[in-house]
Amino acid sequence: MLSIKNIHASIDGKQILKGLNLEIKPGEVHAIMGPNGSGKSTLASVLAGREEYEVTEGSVEFEGKNLLELSPEERAKEGLFLAFQYPVEIPGVSTTNFIKAALNEKRKYQGLEPLDAASFLKLLREKAALLELDKSLLSRSLNEGFSGGEKKRNEIFQMAVLDPKLTILDETDSGLDIDALRIVAKGVNTLHNADHSIIVITHYQRLLNYLQPDFVHVLMNGRIVKSGGKELALELEEKGYDFIKEELQESLTA
Amino acid sequence: MADEMQLLEERVNREYEYGFSTDIETDTAPKGLNEDIIRLISRKKHEPEWLLEWRLKAFRHWEKMTMPKWANLQYPEIDFQDIIYYAAPKTKKAKPGKLEEVDPELLKTLDKLGISLNEQKRLTGVAVDVVMDSVSVATTFQEQLAEKGIIFCAMSEAIQKHPDLLRRYLGTVVPMTDNFFAALNSAVFTDGSFCYIPKGVRCPMELSTYFRINKENSGQFERTLIIAEDGAYVSYLEGCTAPRRDENQLHAAIVEIVAMEHAEVKYSTVQNWYPGDDAGKGGIYNFVTKRGICKGNNSKISWTQVETGSAITWKYPSVILKGDNSIGEFYSVALTTKFQQADTGTKMHHIGKNTRSRIVSKGISAGKSQNSYRGLVKVAKTAENARNFSQCDSLLLGDKCGAHTFPYIESKNNTAVVEHEATTSKIGEDQLFYCEQRGLDAEKAVALIVTGFAKEVMNNLPMEFAVEAQKLLAVSLEGSVG
Repeated sequence: MLSIKNIHASIDGKQILKGLNLEIKPGEVHAIMGPNGSGKSTLASVLAGREEYEVTEGSVEFEGKNLLELSPEERAKEGLFLAFQYPVEIPGVSTTNFIKAALNEKRKYQGLEPLDAASFLKLLREKAALLELDKSLLSRSLNEGFSGGEKKRNEIFQMAVLDPKLTILDETDSGLDIDALRIVAKGVNTLHNADHSIIVITHYQRLLNYLQPDFVHVLMNGRIVKSGGKELALELEEKGYDFIKEELQESLTA
Repeated sequence: MADEMQLLEERVNREYEYGFSTDIETDTAPKGLNEDIIRLISRKKHEPEWLLEWRLKAFRHWEKMTMPKWANLQYPEIDFQDIIYYAAPKTKKAKPGKLEEVDPELLKTLDKLGISLNEQKRLTGVAVDVVMDSVSVATTFQEQLAEKGIIFCAMSEAIQKHPDLLRRYLGTVVPMTDNFFAALNSAVFTDGSFCYIPKGVRCPMELSTYFRINKENSGQFERTLIIAEDGAYVSYLEGCTAPRRDENQLHAAIVEIVAMEHAEVKYSTVQNWYPGDDAGKGGIYNFVTKRGICKGNNSKISWTQVETGSAITWKYPSVILKGDNSIGEFYSVALTTKFQQADTGTKMHHIGKNTRSRIVSKGISAGKSQNSYRGLVKVAKTAENARNFSQCDSLLLGDKCGAHTFPYIESKNNTAVVEHEATTSKIGEDQLFYCEQRGLDAEKAVALIVTGFAKEVMNNLPMEFAVEAQKLLAVSLEGSVG
């Protein structure tokens, strides 16, 4: 469903991604780990279509379409969802109104009528319950005055309502206490299915205890340098990234 | 909960929607201003002698005045001799008594503007007075209102039918010498609405005046007077549009409100005069004096305005808080795009004890526009325990526009508490990208963010008006993104 080939990307003339390859099949969960500055968030931004990032080489195919030719909103409506590391606040716009606008835009794109009020509210209630999101948050301005945990849960809540094909969790676990982490993970697990693939970008192993990735990739210096199963994450947790650096050194000098 | 996005979908075209003009035969005075023209206007309207004298006095005073220059506005000198001061759509009778007597062309125009004079309008519970160029062309629901003793009619009709009331209150809130444009209006005002709510009566429907400038080179100088007797309540709406013209047209109106003991008047405006084209050519010069007096104790006057039109807006709806415990409110959204300039705000003049005022101003600037908030909170020696809270927020779209805030405070009573908060923000790339990532394009994202920004003010508008105002904000913003 997603095929990234030899992607090179830069911001302000600085090369961040340097030939990254990644294949994701429907329903797979891929974890991307790596030290600070390795390009993890850049990958998320490039996939979501952030303007500041320039793709200088390579291709990305998403559900048979050339992703890089689509605007950010088209990517979203095609089913790509980014759970932001730092969700923004929009004063005066309630979470309910915001998500309704987004959902109806997507439905329009799919040639569907806007959801009627009753069905929409039912959907909202159901998903809010899943994320243990207090109903009062839905009528408050989007993310305004939300705690860190509430913001992250709100991201997963939006994912639940919009039902994407591919979700990118950009350090969703950062700043979460253990309870919030559990709730977020439960939400993601419930919504993950054979048609819904997930990319988990994270520093730490702890979210992966809950999410059970099919693959773990190590991103360093703009490239995936090592891939493996979930045991790789445990190894990283234990040994740090240095052992991979050493392995790389060896392979270079050998 | 209003559905923002649905409103946005309903938007029509990028151009000023009301920019058509109607080919109606008009009865027009020659260009220019002198005592003869004033006598002509007065004669046309069959006015009593005192009113003519009043006009002439205002004119003689105006002649000695100069245009105010203190506002943060730039515009060429206005040639007051190059303006038509009286233009009236011709009808068989001076004022049509029945709908059938109204010129069919005029009815078509009103239909296009979405104003139905048909009594079916009853369903929406709004009584309408329509003022085209210099005269009121139709007023609805007069009979039903009259049953409750409410007078709602054109100013010219009030002059004939209620001269005593008019004489008692005209110019008592905005004196003819108040300012340059007030003096001009007092000399040449042609029509407008008059509204009287008797003691203890709660007006059962929204009263609405719709102003339209149609004739070329003509100015519009309407005057509205609202009187709410003890314990009365009325909610009043005002809407305005004009055709697209390359020349600037002048609009200099006056609104006076008198609220007696325990009376409440809520005055809402959606101002959508033609703002000029993309190059800054044309548009209405809008110089308006609006003021209310809380004359009685425990009275309340609330101004809510949504300003999206006009090339130039100079307007400060104010409240004189004379009665003890009286309340003044000002809620404003001013949106400027293209080359529009707005200098708008309010004055809250605390005189009575325990008087309270609240100011919420939301300025949105886009394109190459300049948007200023100017407000004065004045606390007199007598105003024990006066309270004011002001909140002025500015939102900038792009980097070629300006937002300015000029708050003035004069307090002569040390028991007064005056608070002022101000913020300026720019729609962030992060906010836009976040919305886009959820499937909203940039234009929809901006409209959503702006609607959220203006919400506190919009919530004060009557329901039906709020929907229209939101639509208007979205339409006015089109093309200002990117």
